[in-house]
Amino acid sequence: MKAKPFSTAFRIIKQLQYLKITLRQINIVVKTTKNILYTITPPRQFSLQLKELWQFRELFYFFSWRDIKVKYKQTLLGFLWAILQPLIMMSIFILFFAKSLKLSTDGIPPAIFYYSGLLLWNLFSAGISNAGNSMISHAGIIKKVYFPRLIIPLSSVLTACFDFLMALFVFFFILLYYYFTLDFSFAVGSFFLYLFFGLSLSILTAFGAGTLLASLNVKYRDFRYIIPFLVQFLFFVTPVIYPISVVADERLAYLLALNPMTGAIQLMRASFTNVPIDPVLLGISVTAAILIFMLGIFNFKRTEAYFADLA
Amino acid sequence: METPILDIHRLSKQYTIGTTKERYLSIRDVIAGYWKRLRQQEQQRKIWALEDINLKVYPGETLGIIGRNGAGKSTFLKVISKITPPTKGRIIARGRVASLLEVGTGFHPELTGRENIFLNGAILGLRRLEIKQKFDEIVDFSGVEQFIDTPLKHYSSGMQLRLAFAVAAHLEPEILLIDEVLAVGDAQFQKKCLGKMNEVSQSGRTILFVSHDMAAVLKLCQRSILLDQGKIIADGATEAIVQQYLQQLDENAQIDIVQRKDRKGKGELQFVNIALLNADGQGVENIFCGQTVTIALTLKNHQSTPIKNVRIDLGIDNYRKERIAWLSTEMVLATSLQFLAKEEKIVYFKLPKFPFAPGSYALTLYTEANGSVLDWLDDAFYFTVEAGNFYPSGKLPPAKQGTFLLNYSINT
Repeated sequence: MKAKPFSTAFRIIKQLQYLKITLRQINIVVKTTKNILYTITPPRQFSLQLKELWQFRELFYFFSWRDIKVKYKQTLLGFLWAILQPLIMMSIFILFFAKSLKLSTDGIPPAIFYYSGLLLWNLFSAGISNAGNSMISHAGIIKKVYFPRLIIPLSSVLTACFDFLMALFVFFFILLYYYFTLDFSFAVGSFFLYLFFGLSLSILTAFGAGTLLASLNVKYRDFRYIIPFLVQFLFFVTPVIYPISVVADERLAYLLALNPMTGAIQLMRASFTNVPIDPVLLGISVTAAILIFMLGIFNFKRTEAYFADLA
Repeated sequence: METPILDIHRLSKQYTIGTTKERYLSIRDVIAGYWKRLRQQEQQRKIWALEDINLKVYPGETLGIIGRNGAGKSTFLKVISKITPPTKGRIIARGRVASLLEVGTGFHPELTGRENIFLNGAILGLRRLEIKQKFDEIVDFSGVEQFIDTPLKHYSSGMQLRLAFAVAAHLEPEILLIDEVLAVGDAQFQKKCLGKMNEVSQSGRTILFVSHDMAAVLKLCQRSILLDQGKIIADGATEAIVQQYLQQLDENAQIDIVQRKDRKGKGELQFVNIALLNADGQGVENIFCGQTVTIALTLKNHQSTPIKNVRIDLGIDNYRKERIAWLSTEMVLATSLQFLAKEEKIVYFKLPKFPFAPGSYALTLYTEANGSVLDWLDDAFYFTVEAGNFYPSGKLPPAKQGTFLLNYSINT
């Protein structure tokens, strides 16, 4: 009987020792699993890795900053080019389409009509061509350094936004001139609202189509030739030089709305005209934009791991 | 027991031949490919660039990675630095990885030196604040202060390289990957690089060092691994591994060059044999400096039409992979060579009084006709030059005092 407390104590000590050992084992496990900065495994599931994208946010800025800087280096007129291009195009359109051909502008002053269309169109076309070719032009970096590849097409679109902002600035002056000198009145508040939505839709589309083209371009270089052709084609099916209201057949208008830029430009011009926006048309454009965006990102993420082997 | 900073478990990387060889595809090729496969059920050839690599690297280690060309060294570093994904296996990294295979990556010629430092730093994963803090130090190390606001396109290539290395050297990662970086730049710059690497390894950081320069590997690394056809075939103290590697090179030299697969060119005319002959015309394995040596190249015309205007070049590299001599039929022969249909011919390059310092050298063989490459074989043959009687005294300059031995006389 006397041995009992001993044995109990013994058991407790033994258990304590056991506990100590397991604690130490746990400690080892903790030690080996902590400090893991990253694990490299074969690519498996689809993940956006937004956290990583955020970690590299500065690179965004640097790529865009570099593109903008390089674009206007050693040019006489510099940033003025971003303004001159739409202004000259606008003048030509006024001269040929509005004055000579008397094409409808939905009652909007031709200058505003064409410039507003060109604003978004230039953003979109520069965005998809930049982004579409971006993976090829960055092949050297892709083969040598790791960073989330999505940054490259993203910053290409961002670069296009810079030119847009410059051109938008001029648009404000045109609007002010028409508002005060020519007594062209429009709802200023709704203009900004529509501008915001039209711009968002354009960027979403440019980014979606751009990433899709970029990932396809890495694998199939045919897209290098397809992209300029595609941009030219899209220009004609986007209501830049004509209002969508000239398309009499409703079904054809809805077909054109599959191009999200149709909806975006409609929104951009909505506050200047009495012609209301067709909600079905807008709905088609927005849905198409979201689908293109998702498809672009999905295909890009699915193939990005192998870019270094293909580029 | 210490925790490894880099824990590589059963790592494998597979390439499909076709994606590696043809640099890119067009849709037409893909459609044609599908058609072909439908018809013939053809199996695509796959190769394992890395196969079942198990490796633990501990903090503070400097690990040498050696192996022949195509052994998988560069692929290995690419997988570790996340550039290309593995096909199987897992790598656990417990530190930031940066690599000097990225020297100058993303440099833009239109931007100034200052702007490029920021851009390059950002690409390599430095924060803007970090670059700002280290900016003066980087400029100082590069030695290009005067030109820091000049566009990079006006820099000499040496200056660009110095600037690039200066940025890379200030990354301060826990794990540094270096791939043959010492093969570029002048001697002084190489010294600077080696110095920086020593400093890095002494500060307790981990280095993975890929090189063909056995002297540098021996100097910097305590431990090395030997890669061959994507596998680690030896892992241990550097001296032993370097020994094994050199032995492997010797064995490789015995392999008939006909069987070499890594050749470029159309292949109508091919090198089928290479031999070193001494003054008596007997085949030898090693050369003594000062000896008369003949390099005998056997070429075969596989075509049933003659090939005219054939040029044959011979490049000789030292152990640092630097081209140190280049011989060509075009330099010496008055008329160009001609191979008749199905002809096999031996071309002898005779080198009286062989003027290389002792060491190991590699021969690159190249032949072309009418501007198109027929056969090109890098490192076709390795040979060792041993101490010989070049000078009347029988003495030779001390090691590392030059590659060539010059003939000269001294008068007083």
